[in-house]
Amino acid sequence: MFEMPKVSTSKTPYVFLALGAALFLFGSYWGLFVAPPAADMREVQRIMYVHVPTAWNWMLAVLFSFGCAVAFLFNNDSKWDARLEGGLEVGTLFAFLLCCQGAIWAKPTWGVWWDWDPRLTSTAVLLFAFLGILALRNFVEDPVKRAIWSAVATIIAAVDLPIVYMSVKWWNSLHQEQSTPQTVASPFHLPLRTNAFAVLFLMIGFIMLRSRVAAYRLRRELAAPPVRIGEEAGELV
Amino acid sequence: MLAAALRKELLLQWRSRGQMMAVFVFGAAALLLFSFAIGPNAHALRTFSAGFLWLGLLLSSTLTLAESFHAEMENRALEGLLLLPSDPRALYYAKAIANWLQLTILGCALVPVMVVLYDAGTTELLTLFAVIVLGTAGLSAPGTLYAAMTAQVKAKQTLLPLLLFPLIVPALLASVKATSLAITGDPMEQSRSWIVLLAAFDLIYWSLCGLLYGKVVEE
Repeated sequence: MFEMPKVSTSKTPYVFLALGAALFLFGSYWGLFVAPPAADMREVQRIMYVHVPTAWNWMLAVLFSFGCAVAFLFNNDSKWDARLEGGLEVGTLFAFLLCCQGAIWAKPTWGVWWDWDPRLTSTAVLLFAFLGILALRNFVEDPVKRAIWSAVATIIAAVDLPIVYMSVKWWNSLHQEQSTPQTVASPFHLPLRTNAFAVLFLMIGFIMLRSRVAAYRLRRELAAPPVRIGEEAGELV
Repeated sequence: MLAAALRKELLLQWRSRGQMMAVFVFGAAALLLFSFAIGPNAHALRTFSAGFLWLGLLLSSTLTLAESFHAEMENRALEGLLLLPSDPRALYYAKAIANWLQLTILGCALVPVMVVLYDAGTTELLTLFAVIVLGTAGLSAPGTLYAAMTAQVKAKQTLLPLLLFPLIVPALLASVKATSLAITGDPMEQSRSWIVLLAAFDLIYWSLCGLLYGKVVEE
């Protein structure tokens, strides 16, 4: 049944945000001033300390949205719709950040802002897919239809992601190997890991808060219209 | 059930064939305009002809797909159909097949326009036909599902392309590549792998969208 979602008022998201912000400050300070510059890419390489954590967590956000969409279609519980809204919006934000950070890094390194590389292209495609779903959510007024349709659209878009990746990979490729602690020299580990957790905590905090806002809106939409004073409920005037 | 629903869809399309003609003129006009974007450079036009053909077809498809649910929204006909003791999937597949057929005819009709305008002749007609059949199948499966959603929304003209365009990137890419290889020659035998990719895309979305359609239209 599609029922009114409960809204928790716990302080947990604020704890995550504070923890994430503190770790992010520490990790970024370390990455910018303490860690040595990379031999071949010089100072530009330091954008890795935000770019790579954003990329990892963006994939988690997409996975989370997909999970919420599937969970909603299976048990029709409105809390999954509220969570889906949080996941979609944070996923869109992260995809946008990824494209911007990528462009800032690509211009001095490759000499171009944009390149038709599989990861870049699939991020951009998913960004537009998520923007489309958010637009759909905006235009549908019936909360039940909105929840079902955006869950369906999220599943279709998430299934598309590996296909886009594969097809663009066949089409053209130039991107760096993915950065993982194994492919990165050890002096870079500490800031990279710190920032990965920092962005993860920030993301959890954002998704929790955004889902809470979505749940409040659902409650308002699903609430019975107010009964005016002096008028019995259900009585026809 | 599927046969009855399909018969209804085809009858609907046959009776609105004037609209089909208008969409064809729209697609041909788009192909004409693309050539102005490049300028009178015969070599460049021939190189990009496959991309233009598929972009023209994609733009036209948003018109036909949106139109395909127009009749269902009048007098709440869709609700009446869903009250019948039948599987909503039959309704979906009937509509998707009808849209597929319409887009295939449209694609085949746009090929001569492309050949004339861009001097993009080919002898690989069978390959070209196969690519058009598979590519339009990739457009119509998710397109029909999204049209079912957006037909009930205010801003349908904007929302349908907004949802559909990012999704069909792999199908578009594979179709353009395979068509281009058919036109400019395929010494490396690459077109087979693009056709396989296209077929895989079709298989995934024809099954997934059929599964999800029941959820989309249920009340």
